[in-house]
Amino acid sequence: MTLLGLYNYWIFILLLVVGLYAVLVKGNYVKRMIGLGIFQAAVFLLYITMDKVEGGTGPIMRGVPEPGQLYANPLPQVLILTAIVVGIAVTALGLALAIRIREEYGSIEESDIRRQDQES
Amino acid sequence: MSLAAQFPVLVVVLPLFVAPLLALLANRGNLPWLVAIVTSALTFAMAIALTAQVMQTGVIYYELGNWPVPFGIGLTIGPLSAMMLMIISGASTVALAAGRESMNAEVGEEHQALLYSCWLLAMTGLLGIAVTGDAFNIFVFMEISSLASYVLVANGPKRQALTASFKYLVTGTLGATFYLIGVGYLYMMTGTLNIADMATRLADVSDTLPVMIAGGFVILGVALKAALFPMHAWMPNAYQYAPTPVAIFFAACATKVALFVMLRFQYELFLPNLGPQASFLSSWLIPLCVGGFLVGSAVAMFERDLKRMLGYSSVAQLGYIVLGISLSSSAGVTAAMIHFFNHALIKAALFVAVAGMVLRFGSSNIEQLAGVGKRMPLTTLGFVLAGVSLIGVPLTAGFISKWYLIQAVLELGGLGILLTILILVSSLMAVVYIWKVVEVAYFKEPVDGQSMLGVREAPMPLLVMLWVLVFANIWFGIDPSIPITLAKQEAAGFFGGAR
Amino acid sequence: MISLLGFMTLTLVAVAAIATVLATNLFVASMWFGIFSLLMASNFFILDAADVALTEAAVGAGVSTVLFMGALALTGEKEAIRAKFSWFPMAVLGVLALALFVATFQQPMLGDPLAPVHQHVAPWYLEQTPLLINIPNVVTAILASFRGYDTLGEVIVIFTAGIGVLSVLSFKPKRRQTISSEALAAKVRGVQHHSILRVVGKLVIPLLMLFALVVQFHGKYTPGGGFSAGALFAAAVMLYGILEGADRSAKAMPEKAMLRLAAVGATLYTGVGLVCLLLGGAFLDYNVLWSDPLIGQYVGILLVEFGVGLTVTTVLILIFNAIANRPTY
Repeated sequence: MTLLGLYNYWIFILLLVVGLYAVLVKGNYVKRMIGLGIFQAAVFLLYITMDKVEGGTGPIMRGVPEPGQLYANPLPQVLILTAIVVGIAVTALGLALAIRIREEYGSIEESDIRRQDQES
Repeated sequence: MSLAAQFPVLVVVLPLFVAPLLALLANRGNLPWLVAIVTSALTFAMAIALTAQVMQTGVIYYELGNWPVPFGIGLTIGPLSAMMLMIISGASTVALAAGRESMNAEVGEEHQALLYSCWLLAMTGLLGIAVTGDAFNIFVFMEISSLASYVLVANGPKRQALTASFKYLVTGTLGATFYLIGVGYLYMMTGTLNIADMATRLADVSDTLPVMIAGGFVILGVALKAALFPMHAWMPNAYQYAPTPVAIFFAACATKVALFVMLRFQYELFLPNLGPQASFLSSWLIPLCVGGFLVGSAVAMFERDLKRMLGYSSVAQLGYIVLGISLSSSAGVTAAMIHFFNHALIKAALFVAVAGMVLRFGSSNIEQLAGVGKRMPLTTLGFVLAGVSLIGVPLTAGFISKWYLIQAVLELGGLGILLTILILVSSLMAVVYIWKVVEVAYFKEPVDGQSMLGVREAPMPLLVMLWVLVFANIWFGIDPSIPITLAKQEAAGFFGGAR
Repeated sequence: MISLLGFMTLTLVAVAAIATVLATNLFVASMWFGIFSLLMASNFFILDAADVALTEAAVGAGVSTVLFMGALALTGEKEAIRAKFSWFPMAVLGVLALALFVATFQQPMLGDPLAPVHQHVAPWYLEQTPLLINIPNVVTAILASFRGYDTLGEVIVIFTAGIGVLSVLSFKPKRRQTISSEALAAKVRGVQHHSILRVVGKLVIPLLMLFALVVQFHGKYTPGGGFSAGALFAAAVMLYGILEGADRSAKAMPEKAMLRLAAVGATLYTGVGLVCLLLGGAFLDYNVLWSDPLIGQYVGILLVEFGVGLTVTTVLILIFNAIANRPTY
């Protein structure tokens, strides 16, 4: 069924929208970081979907490879390993900023912070 | 291999190597600053050497790990890349030289080792983007410079620096991830990550919707990072609350690197292969650019904070650059590239002057800077001359940029005349906001209660850097041969043949 | 064509994501996020990406959840509920989703061996790795050698995050603590009064560390490598911190030492590249490291992966200690 062959992409679109929704609409800073994490994970799914080959196995050559053996594509995996680490780096820094903001403003809600900035 | 043959990779690797070691240094005296500026100056020297080489012999290629190019990562240094290298390392050196005392005053000594380490990392990231030929490599270095930038902004003296940094982080990560999605779609349809290789393979799949989407996402992601209207909100905020030396560095080069990426993708990948659709899409950018330079200049007229005002002025100037890019013509892209260079000179000069004023007055609020003209004559005069270049008066660098831009725009006929009028309108608005500063500086008396005892002229290194930049503005206004040669060489590469 | 298992896992991933965003208690949201990451990792495994699955499980489900919990202990767990519903972002997202959906019909099917991605660069890697680098795990070969420059960039990214967190959190809070020292000790002591957790947890820690070392050094032959190993080792230390108290883990892994080791890891990687330059090759050209290029590749990859593992571990531990030991109100 052709439809199921595209299911991965549809889930990617769904996750993209869910993550972006959280980042753009929610006011709580930590919730936005979580949304950002979901958004980034959606992109990982997009790349890894590209690596699968029907009838292939993981790209590890054990012993002498049999002729005609198919392997999954190793390149997207390399890219996503990098992207995962970039994601955790951004998350860690964002959380550290949220902690400082909470200390300075007493809240991590967008509306409270905006109100305090306008009063000062 | 000789040392000079390794410059393409060393120009990135030198600051990358020094930065982790710098983070370990004790916060004693000016040692972190010293290490940072020496590294920056050496990088600048390499950038100049590379530019000279490119102007003579053309594009430089370098294969990392000695692996052939679509399989390994390759560096490609063309005329525009060389220009970007000079802008980035030059801006860093100037900002460090001029900003030492400002940094001590605004951030304090205990945090300087980590801070200057992040500075070198930000520079590394930007340099890495300028030299690489691989689309994913751009993402990695983009994130290096972005993460370092968020940290630099967050070190500002007021608490709003934290929220400015957080918003910058969210917007920046969205932009980088959009870019990554675009590269993913491009990879899906072409099977390669090297930009030159993609260009040849894209022609086969050019009329499919995923490729359009790839283009859309790449441009959108880069536009977020470049603070293109209407997604510009994070930039004036970040400039206002970051430590002032950081603002000097960023204003001169950070968003330009994002525009550099946009320019490369547009002219190397999308225009040659997608032709009509790409031109159509980029013509949608034109209203956004107009919005950018009109709204940016308009808001700048009403801003009360000097750094914020210059931030909005940058939104306007970047609007000019993107206008040049979106014209999809050789003249347009040449004008854009010339303005890369000139705007860096102009904004660096303006922010260096502001750094001096903030250091002595303790505030960047325009009203509180009353009377600065009498107390700090050299600094203020430098600001005014740079402001004149911003407006685009003949004999300054700003005029050259506007001249080329208007010539490129007039190629569009009727629409071109309308655009020219709008460009001139926004230039007039620039006169208004520069005049506002002049008026307060020279014609108003100091605010009551403002102690003028501590106010003397800015420190010598700052003054020297300021006047070097002002002089450069005038020099390149009279003899703009270097930026024009580089720009034209690059444009010829896009439109004339293979790189 | 997608398998039934893949279909189910993907659907569960979507459900977990929606649950995460809808939860208003942020602790619940981060637990859902951990579940989301673990399901994603399973999905990667189904798609034959074992290295990525391992790393996503360790980083996304493990480290990330711990960091969120640590941050939430300081920022509060309730999210304010906004009454108004803004339609403009929803409209934009809807249009975006529609455009992407229509485009999917022109994209290659899952698993199609004729897709462009499988034509050009991938077969070259699969054919040439045994000849040029001679290690079984092709992903490690590409990561550490063919595209080693990217991986260097990435080590620098995680290092930047480490010093960034240190820099941001180096500004001490101005207000003094308002809770008593007993209450603070109770918060910091963690789960010390849960004996079963402590006993069983402490049995897991050395096994986890051993597994991390195996993953690090066996990464050429089996899925693994520097990143997953670094995350696993850091997870072991975080487990210790949760069980015994974050002050103990900060004493065991002091900040200065961690920062120094992180810098050593990054410098090791750049250093290997520079040594290749000095020996006459290009940057990161491991062939010149030994008289036999294949052994040179082996040595280069070993050193470089070690640098990666070292930096990732120390930076993650650094970040955890900095967040977990922040004074609370």
